[in-house]
Amino acid sequence: MGEYHGYTGIVAEVLRKAGVKPGDLVRIRRGDGAEFEGVLMPRYSLSPGPYVVVKLRNGYNVGVRVDPSTSIERVGEVPRGKPGEPMPLVEGPLKPPRERVMIVGAGGTVASRIDYETGAVKPYLSVDELSLSVPELWRYADIDAMQVFQILSEDMKPSMWSRIVDEVARAIERGYDGVVVTHGTDTMAYTAAALAFAFHKGLPVPVALTGAQRSSDRPSSDAAFNLTAAVLTAARAPFAEVVVVMHGETGDSYALAHRGVRVKKMHSSRRDAFQSVNAPPLAKVLPYEGKIEMIDQRYRERGREELVVENGFHERVALIKHFPGDIASVIDALVDKGFKGIVIEGTGFGHVSSDAIKSLERAREEGVAVAIVTQTIFGRVNLNVYSTGRMMLAAGVIPLEDMTAEAAYAKLSWALARAESLEEVRRIMLTNLAGEMSGRHHLRLYTHTGRW
Amino acid sequence: MPGLDYKALGVKVGLEIHQQLDTTHKLFCECPAELTDDEGDVFLRMLRPTRSELGDVDPAALFEWRRGRMYRYHAPPSHTCLVEADEEPPHPINREAVAIALGVAMALRSTIVDEIHVMRKTVIDGSNTSGFQRTAIVALGGTIEVGGKTVPIETIVVEEDAARKLGEQGRIVDYKLDRLGIPLIEIATAPVIETPEEAKRVALAIGRLLRLTGKVKRGLGTIRQDLNVSIRGGAKTEIKGVQRLELIPKVVENEVLRQVRLLEIKDELRRRGLTEEALREVRPVDLTGLLRASKSRVIKRALKSGGKVLGVKLPLMHGILGREVMPGRRFGGEVADYARFWAGVAGIIHSDELPGYGITEEEIERIAEVLGVVRGRDAFVLVADSEEKARKAIDVVIWRVKMALEGVPEETRAALEDGTTRYMRPRPGSARMYPETDIPPQPVTQDLLEEAKRYVPKPPDAVVKELVERYGLSKDLAEAVVDDERFRVIVEALERFKGSLEPSYVAGFFIVTLRGLRGEGLDTDSIPDEKLVEVLEAVAKGEVAREAAESIAGYLAKNPEASVDEAVEALGLRKMGREEVEKVLEEIVAQLRDEILKRGERAMGLVMGRAMAKLRGRADGRLVAEVAREKIREVLARRG
Repeated sequence: MGEYHGYTGIVAEVLRKAGVKPGDLVRIRRGDGAEFEGVLMPRYSLSPGPYVVVKLRNGYNVGVRVDPSTSIERVGEVPRGKPGEPMPLVEGPLKPPRERVMIVGAGGTVASRIDYETGAVKPYLSVDELSLSVPELWRYADIDAMQVFQILSEDMKPSMWSRIVDEVARAIERGYDGVVVTHGTDTMAYTAAALAFAFHKGLPVPVALTGAQRSSDRPSSDAAFNLTAAVLTAARAPFAEVVVVMHGETGDSYALAHRGVRVKKMHSSRRDAFQSVNAPPLAKVLPYEGKIEMIDQRYRERGREELVVENGFHERVALIKHFPGDIASVIDALVDKGFKGIVIEGTGFGHVSSDAIKSLERAREEGVAVAIVTQTIFGRVNLNVYSTGRMMLAAGVIPLEDMTAEAAYAKLSWALARAESLEEVRRIMLTNLAGEMSGRHHLRLYTHTGRW
Repeated sequence: MPGLDYKALGVKVGLEIHQQLDTTHKLFCECPAELTDDEGDVFLRMLRPTRSELGDVDPAALFEWRRGRMYRYHAPPSHTCLVEADEEPPHPINREAVAIALGVAMALRSTIVDEIHVMRKTVIDGSNTSGFQRTAIVALGGTIEVGGKTVPIETIVVEEDAARKLGEQGRIVDYKLDRLGIPLIEIATAPVIETPEEAKRVALAIGRLLRLTGKVKRGLGTIRQDLNVSIRGGAKTEIKGVQRLELIPKVVENEVLRQVRLLEIKDELRRRGLTEEALREVRPVDLTGLLRASKSRVIKRALKSGGKVLGVKLPLMHGILGREVMPGRRFGGEVADYARFWAGVAGIIHSDELPGYGITEEEIERIAEVLGVVRGRDAFVLVADSEEKARKAIDVVIWRVKMALEGVPEETRAALEDGTTRYMRPRPGSARMYPETDIPPQPVTQDLLEEAKRYVPKPPDAVVKELVERYGLSKDLAEAVVDDERFRVIVEALERFKGSLEPSYVAGFFIVTLRGLRGEGLDTDSIPDEKLVEVLEAVAKGEVAREAAESIAGYLAKNPEASVDEAVEALGLRKMGREEVEKVLEEIVAQLRDEILKRGERAMGLVMGRAMAKLRGRADGRLVAEVAREKIREVLARRG
């Protein structure tokens, strides 16, 4: 007896026997005589329990327990609505300015429709759909859109970064004034850093990654706000850098453009989850006012550079974190498994347990690059202060200054795809390519102070 | 309304009672389920219409969005968290709230569902930060007996309360988030109620049942009634937010009257031969030039800001817009509400209210001429606003008049304080509801049902009987206790002061004394329960006289900040000891010596009268009587 529209066990059996399927109007009679009439709903897979879900006439769903005394009969069918002409949010034709922006879909749901029956959300990223549901975009640019892939944030892989780089490069070659990449938020910082390294030698226009912390099927979704801010950035920003453009505060007042190599998702759910770490954001973006205010005055100017693409990422890179237990075995296991690079988030200044020094030495012998960032997120690693750090240096680890773990991971992946030797990896890693490192932290960069 | 035969009109009323539950925390987060005066962080948001799989959007949501509506949320950290701010997914549904609702369902003999599914109901006015209200059916069916009639219950729902509206400034609406997420139980009856008074009785009965769970909040705004009203040939009107029970009959009456009048208008328009085709042909005419020199303030204001005046002829409509549909509301007002909502104009001017608004007879004459209006037969409507809005408004006016040919449109209306209602929005379809995928379904387990049994309210008759038997209250007083919002507080006080105060005094304080103060216009509802109990405590301890309780409560109602001690002090009610009472009575007895000698012990009444005039509220009456008797006897003894 297999699954039946998400139902399992006795429920699947009873439904099959009754010959009913989701969408049918059914009457369920419980053992105690109580009756429920409504439309049979599919059950979310992975929801256990012997319950059948019906949508009542008033729109509510309820679950009814099924046991051998339950009877289910089909009493009719509910006609499904047919898609009509979708209703646009604004009346009249869109009159965009001459700037052109390409939106590259790489996950996340910035435009979607909801199935009110099941609550399922389907992404619809196409120019037509965007013009209906986020017409504000056309205030700032004429929009084209294409979908590279539609995946969950956590399913992103370095090989997919390459495909995004290719699509972005193609759009730039075709003369777009900027490119927006939509992306799931959980791994957006990694992709942003990867793109920044791929384009660090030459980028003529802005590339803005954006996404949503509230999915676009909700009236309160931040998707349209973020997308509008990203399009505004792509069309008009004075800089040509890879940035993440997301809410700057909890309200819908402004977004921030963070350098792709500096940004980190710092909250699991808030709209303003993204922060620049160890650096100020690049700019403030006001999507309603159509304004961009620079925060960092030093940036790569739009239109100054020719496009230079250095694509390609190494897949066998790991990112781990020191913990009070047996970190040595984890490092050993990664080396045994054939990983070519390991980024370790060390304690405070970047340490791992002194009993793991041998494992680090072994990694070097096996040709595995080990790079160090700090798990404190803010601040800089320093392996010169304590003896463990000095031993780690002697074992060949690469201390990555004030780099974020995400930037370090993307950079090591990128470096391993092109360096011939560990020495060259070290040289690349310690060279500031896209603003991922800086020697100067002023007091205000640590944003957790002064709030109380 | 005199002259309305509700039975003959086929009046059908259904009630939806929403009552806040008194739980330790909110329905989908751990914030306290109560209001606060605390100020909070402020943030601005917009809500967008969402698109269904078929590509359509909720027109009302679309309209609000096109207007550029923004919502300013005030989030006090003591009473709100990321869940209210829509910055974190909801937590699993509050088990206590579900258990209370299931307890009520058991009392109503409803069919409890086996698995509770939380749904999202689209709410477009910003009162929910998410843009939807989370709501779940816990039981279906059941009945309640009211006045010998069995009223069927349709659904029992647990849902989150909305944010509190603070006000509006232009495009921005201010909301406070403390109320958002407080658990509500919603009980909906079948539309079987046939008269306005019956609607009130059913509401009372359901309110009483809820109170007897001991787990509901009290005070203004904690219970809200929505009414569905229809008459034969009319349409179902949903009336939202009746806060006072006493208002229910009036609201029903007015709605019945409105539907009767709208049906009369329909018949009249058909009799006159008005058709939809005729209305399809009317076109707005630009009257800006004609009215450029008008003295009308409405018109001058619109023209000054670059607007236009558009007019439209409404054929055969003379006198119709001026017809009253409910007290103080004309049909023209109904049309204007539609224009306000759908076109965002400040209002319309119609010919049945002219001359007026500074528009002169000559101007009317010229307008009529340009529009081709035959006065005494046709009507016209003017709108003065930006051209775009004015055109939209004229379309809306024609649309609403077309509806009048059909009779009563289905709509959602808001209840006003005077018992009238006004148009809020069209009645939403069931498409507004879809599953809340962030909350897993909650099975109704045996454990949960056991927990619910604790909250099953006893039948009111049984509670009355118990109060009579246990505390010796009169049946009337016991019934009043059961019907009182402070039922639970009173019962606790009866138990607490058992042995130190007579139960009839305790119950009488809450029922009779406070009612008296309300009669004087004092707000006794807002006196915190604890303070009232403290007053009784002071009486029980002999710190103040029994008679002083009334003035102390009155003082507390007038001075919300004052403590009971401060009230006693301010009123000079600190009770006199025996010595002080003796001193006062010695004086009185001395003054009345002759009378006492003349009347003997029968002078007691006279002495007590004088004494109580001085000591009422400051000394215990029984003590005064005791001392008075002694002193009289002393006088008589000395003579002897």
